[in-house]
Amino acid sequence: MGDLAEILAGLDWSPLWISVKTGIVATVISFFLGIFTAQRVMKASPVKKAVIDGFLTLPMVLPPTVAGFFLLLIFSKRRPFGMFLFERFDIKVVQSWLGCIIAATVIAFPLMYRNARAAFEQVDVNLIYAGRTLGMSDLQIFLQVVIPAAGPGIVSGTILTFARALGEYGATSMLAGNIPKKTATISQRIAMVIQDGDYVTAGIWTAIVILIAFVIIFLMNLISGKNMKHIKRW
Amino acid sequence: MSIHLDIEKRLGEFHLQVQYEGDRKVTGILGASGCGKSMTLKAIAGIETPDRGLIDLDGQVLFDSAKRINLKTQMRRVGYLFQNYALFPTMTVEKNIAAGLRCSKEEKKKKVGEMLERFGLENLEDRLPGNLSGGQQQRVALARILVTEPRALLLDEPFSALDGSLKERLRMEMSHLLREYDGFSVLVTHDRDEAYQLCDRLLLMDNGKVIGAGSTREIFESPGNVQAARLTGCKNISRIQRLGPNRVKALDWQELEVVTEETVGEDITHIGIRAHDFYPLSEGEYSEERKRGNSTVIPVLDPIITELPFEWYITLKQGIWWKCSKEIHQHSPENSIPYGLGIKPESVMLLRSNES
Repeated sequence: MGDLAEILAGLDWSPLWISVKTGIVATVISFFLGIFTAQRVMKASPVKKAVIDGFLTLPMVLPPTVAGFFLLLIFSKRRPFGMFLFERFDIKVVQSWLGCIIAATVIAFPLMYRNARAAFEQVDVNLIYAGRTLGMSDLQIFLQVVIPAAGPGIVSGTILTFARALGEYGATSMLAGNIPKKTATISQRIAMVIQDGDYVTAGIWTAIVILIAFVIIFLMNLISGKNMKHIKRW
Repeated sequence: MSIHLDIEKRLGEFHLQVQYEGDRKVTGILGASGCGKSMTLKAIAGIETPDRGLIDLDGQVLFDSAKRINLKTQMRRVGYLFQNYALFPTMTVEKNIAAGLRCSKEEKKKKVGEMLERFGLENLEDRLPGNLSGGQQQRVALARILVTEPRALLLDEPFSALDGSLKERLRMEMSHLLREYDGFSVLVTHDRDEAYQLCDRLLLMDNGKVIGAGSTREIFESPGNVQAARLTGCKNISRIQRLGPNRVKALDWQELEVVTEETVGEDITHIGIRAHDFYPLSEGEYSEERKRGNSTVIPVLDPIITELPFEWYITLKQGIWWKCSKEIHQHSPENSIPYGLGIKPESVMLLRSNES
């Protein structure tokens, strides 16, 4: 027991903050981008929809290392776009916290997008027509009618997105690397200490991740439950 | 108050073609499901876009394919009552009614308050639509529409989601509301009683085409063609062979000879007789009327009888339906079944075939 206390006292907590910060930023970006994309894709013609949807969902089904590979192709400083970003704007993606965010966003975005789209498609189209005949603008209808009606789907999309972003490993390790106090997320730290045979530290981090994930999902369910009074229990 | 419609739309096999000009308060579109009546209503509201044509409401062009005019739904200022009412599920009654209003907060509150009172919704303003009965939902939907002061009211099967006695009560309420409302209304329905009760003029539709238009009473009295007769609830329709200017042979009723009041023209292919239009004859009356020959008589053969609270439904061997009223406590049909039935010449409707 004394050992555990000693280890906890000497633990470097930076992976926790890096992971949580990355998760939050990636979720916020995915939230807005996902909702925006979902309502645009929903209105596209069937063929267009199938193509765009395919591309947007790929990061979810491919191994994250494949996404990491493509991200490196784009953002590496030895490549045109990465070079352009670095020389022109002094933006460095590879081996930086920005890389963590981009990797987590790319991997987690499809969850937000797909959930939002499914939720929008469930909304009774007559609600939208009703809004129009009442003289409401399309933006008003979207914000006041569609988003609230699609609420449960959007909330669950957000939860899943955060959970996925928090635990991202493959693409992050390739794009952002595992730099202590800078890009070393919890999942990367767990992998690293396991390689060193440090099962106690790995166990501690595992417990922390489980706890965070559970608490967040629990809280969001609770909050969304309060806003979803119109959904009947069955 | 006037509406001018001339629209066309193709959807796969379905071809909608509607021409209509109306100037009365309440116009009904009566037709079976899938005949295009809802699509016509949606075209007026701007929810559906016709392939070509013209829609003119009170002299304002809402749609004109020739001039490339297609006013946005928001700009048309028409109220639309949806079949399922389409109340916003996450908004309270109060917010639903205020949803289409654009004015100061105080004014909103005042207008919504007036509507709550008018529709008897005073204690329900904080409820969500999911916690309201069907009748209350319809009232909220109507309040939400009328508070925006639309120029026309479009009602899409407003009673189809309701049952029995509630439906009858709301139909009475709707009848009052439509009289009070000073604008043009269009009611879409498949129910002929509803159409008759609520509408001044009717447009009959079948498979995307208009098969009859005119004042409601005229349409019910002389529908003019077979489909229109069926839509207005005529149960007895038979092909005919012309025997003389006022005499036909009904081919589907065991070659019954029928006397008509109107002259049977060359284009008449069928006749129709409403199930309520027969009168009972005793044996003596039967032979007397038969001898005189200026009305139609039918012997009652092998009647099949079913009982309703206030009516007997009786089908004869000849294939004729007869409905006759009865008292609620009368249960044995024997005394109500006469020797024969008579049909006055003016009760025989001359019909043209819809196939050409």
